[in-house]
Amino acid sequence: MEFLKKLHETHGKKFEKGGPLEKLYPLWEAHDTAFFTPGHVTKGSTHVRDALDLKRMMITVVVALLPIVLFAMYNTGLQANAAIEGGATALDNWQTAAFTAMGFEFINAPLENVLHGALYFLPIFITTFAVGGLIEVGTAIVRNHEVNEGFLVTGFLIPLTVPPTLPLWQLALGTAFGILVGKEVFGGTGMNVLNPALTARAFLFFAYPGQISGDKVWLAADLPDGQSGATWLAQAAVDGNALTQHAFGSDEWMNAFLGFIPGSMGETSALLCLVGAFILIVTQIGSWRTMLGVVLGTFTLTFLLNAIGSDTNPMFAVPFHWHVVIGGWAFGCVFMATDPVSSAFTDVGKLWYGFGIGVMVILVRVINPAYPEGMMLAILFMNMFAPLIDHFIVQGNIKRRLARHGA
Amino acid sequence: MEHLLSLAVKAAFVENMALAYFLGMCSFLAVSKKVDTAIGLGAAVIFVLTVTTPLNNLLYTYILKEGALSWMGEDFAQVDLSFLTFLTLIGTIAASVQIVEMTLDKYAPALYSALGVFLPLIAVNCAILGASLFMVERDYNLVESTVFGVGSGIGWAMAIIALAAIREKMRYSNVPDGLRGLGITFIVTGLMAIGFMAFAGIQL
Repeated sequence: MEFLKKLHETHGKKFEKGGPLEKLYPLWEAHDTAFFTPGHVTKGSTHVRDALDLKRMMITVVVALLPIVLFAMYNTGLQANAAIEGGATALDNWQTAAFTAMGFEFINAPLENVLHGALYFLPIFITTFAVGGLIEVGTAIVRNHEVNEGFLVTGFLIPLTVPPTLPLWQLALGTAFGILVGKEVFGGTGMNVLNPALTARAFLFFAYPGQISGDKVWLAADLPDGQSGATWLAQAAVDGNALTQHAFGSDEWMNAFLGFIPGSMGETSALLCLVGAFILIVTQIGSWRTMLGVVLGTFTLTFLLNAIGSDTNPMFAVPFHWHVVIGGWAFGCVFMATDPVSSAFTDVGKLWYGFGIGVMVILVRVINPAYPEGMMLAILFMNMFAPLIDHFIVQGNIKRRLARHGA
Repeated sequence: MEHLLSLAVKAAFVENMALAYFLGMCSFLAVSKKVDTAIGLGAAVIFVLTVTTPLNNLLYTYILKEGALSWMGEDFAQVDLSFLTFLTLIGTIAASVQIVEMTLDKYAPALYSALGVFLPLIAVNCAILGASLFMVERDYNLVESTVFGVGSGIGWAMAIIALAAIREKMRYSNVPDGLRGLGITFIVTGLMAIGFMAFAGIQL
């Protein structure tokens, strides 16, 4: 943030009237509003070095999410088109009709991929914002508070965590549940206990499992009999060698790392999540402690389970470098776990909270045969315990200070 | 040994008394306003469960079950006292709660007054009777029922302590008037149950 600010201040004059870049002033102004308004700092004895507000914070997260949104459209189209080239049939719906009416064919090429993907992603995106926005504005009027930017990020997160074929009415229902029960009943942004985006997804996951899990939903195409469209995690739970036969750095691993695999729309690319993590950590919006905690927790339990081994459960042998690139691990770790409201507040607490998520996600993935994926439930589970972690750390601090300074 | 360990884990997490079976709700909702009190009640419940489940197991196996009295001689082999099950189980539970109550009154009066009426009410806490009834239904032996009692106690205590921490944090929330107090607590309990679904389906 400091670096951006310097850049911003030194070059700001060029955009003002008479400067060489005068024509581009609106661009600079937009940038200024998004990242540096309000720009007040205090001059008296209290120190406010940077008046970071909710809007700036949320915009930064959205910026970190943008590459993932674009990739989500591309990959959704890519997976569908590649499957259709491989013998699958296009789904019988309006998306297919619109796509062919525009004169495109289902081939695996950049433009076709983006367009086909957008036809699935955009309706989901728009529905989320329409329903969520309506509820946000509605509750703001009823409860007499301001509409704030909290929903902006939730609205970006929900579409990225659902499969492309999710029926829109289910999505609307899930979004409504997430926003209302997950957030608004507690008083709105900043006061909730669980992550609203994950609450929405968990609601869909348990209410309509047929449309958000299994092996039929991840591709926007109908596979011929005998072919499976399951996510790689689900395949690994069945066939132990599906993942472990490919070493770190092999083509398959690179595919998973870059994100060219089936899955929820925004979760597939670990690389882009890494970019997002970089943005969030540099701007100090996302907590590196939480992320480090998740990595450590995942590593510890994976290491242990690899060492123990199992004859009956192939997931025991899946190594660390696979766990972090498949499923929602990377996306959850960077964007969901670091949610400042539902995570722990204390610094040490964030490490423990993250560690708990890392342990839980591997536990669910490996030990629990009911769900192949565990990131969503792991984060929700630790959301519940975050206040308790804080409580113990604060009490510990109080005790230590009392011991140091006397009662 | 491994069997017992998995029984304990199952009782604490997979079949959590509070969040999977929703047992013991009255005190779960009412005594979860402060973490310290919740820890006290949680400890009391763990103790009572640990004592009553194996005790009830002994009573059931050697007195109540059909044919249980055969150790007294041939004549009693046909006696079936299982219609007394509920009465006896509750009796044991009430007696152990009395012991806890008197101990707390003497040694931890602050906690005793904080728990108030909910301490004697542990006697009718469904989680405790529930554990004894599960023990009967699932045919646990003495060691198993001890482990099961400790496990369910720990699970219930964990749930109420987590809920108490959440409710302490929620003092900063702006809950709509109609939902203040118990209403929002019910909602939080439901959301917590969704979180605990992470364990549902684990085979141990």
